[in-house]
Amino acid sequence: MVLVLLAVAAVGFAVAPLAAAWAWAKFFSPQKPGKDKNAIYECGLESKGDAWIHFRSEYYLYGIIFLVFDVETIFLLPFAVAFTGLPPGAFVAMIVFLLLLVEGLVWAWRKGVLNWK
Amino acid sequence: MIEEGLKNELQKQGVYVTSLQELYNWGRANSVWPLTFGLACCAIEMMAASMARFDLARFGAEVFRPSPRQADLMIVAGTVTKKMAPLVVRLYNQMPEPKYVIAMGACAISGGPFKQGYNVLKGVDRYLPVDVAIPGCPPRPEALLHAIMTLQEKILNQKLTGPDRPRHLNADVAGEFPVPAYGKHDLEPPNNPEVWQPPAIQR
Repeated sequence: MVLVLLAVAAVGFAVAPLAAAWAWAKFFSPQKPGKDKNAIYECGLESKGDAWIHFRSEYYLYGIIFLVFDVETIFLLPFAVAFTGLPPGAFVAMIVFLLLLVEGLVWAWRKGVLNWK
Repeated sequence: MIEEGLKNELQKQGVYVTSLQELYNWGRANSVWPLTFGLACCAIEMMAASMARFDLARFGAEVFRPSPRQADLMIVAGTVTKKMAPLVVRLYNQMPEPKYVIAMGACAISGGPFKQGYNVLKGVDRYLPVDVAIPGCPPRPEALLHAIMTLQEKILNQKLTGPDRPRHLNADVAGEFPVPAYGKHDLEPPNNPEVWQPPAIQR
């Protein structure tokens, strides 16, 4: 019994402000609808066309390749800064990493992913 | 309606009375949300006014809304070009009532130093009802604060009933202002005749 009462109170606590806001908007707010006001709002320009357009799936491959090389630049900068003081092992590891990425790029290029159709 | 003298007398005894109109206006005046809308260099001063040093939050107006749906106040901060003017009017139309306009700086008032430019609107008041105009090029943040205070005073003194009640409470007045179109040489119409008429030359 107490639980039911508390549940009702909890629901009322959540719903009452919403209901009050709705009632205030319904009965007291000065409503002046119009063509512009009911339109989809952006930056002041009239919106054109449909938001539901197709994105070509090639875009995602393109995006992923871009992301890989984007991340690579994060490694390239410290590599270049520390280049003169690097031991041979680190140098070889970095070159292997770079070559792997280049190989991926060559593969994607051969596959024709970079040709925007 | 309670008399001013009785109200002061009661206040001395520790009894505070108010009217619904005062309460309503008090709430509105202290929560004016401007539209995030900078057009030119005046916008830099507007940003400065909302930052810590000048602190627009003291007047309840720090909540800059990037959507016209949630804004009460349009601060036209900068030069309005003729290309931008229809967008300004449309954004104003999309704001919910009640709404106010502050023309900030010489450009928004009259075109300012660019008045002779072929693509500059010579004052935003040709299309919109400007409530407060701030002179200056650009006005300092203090001037914007003063404009906000002036606007608050204006809101506090608005009557909610009667023939001179504000536009948003008058169902007969249209809520939208006509958006000008790009014409061959100028905007069409070049001004909204209901809001602004070119000054008549008297000879």
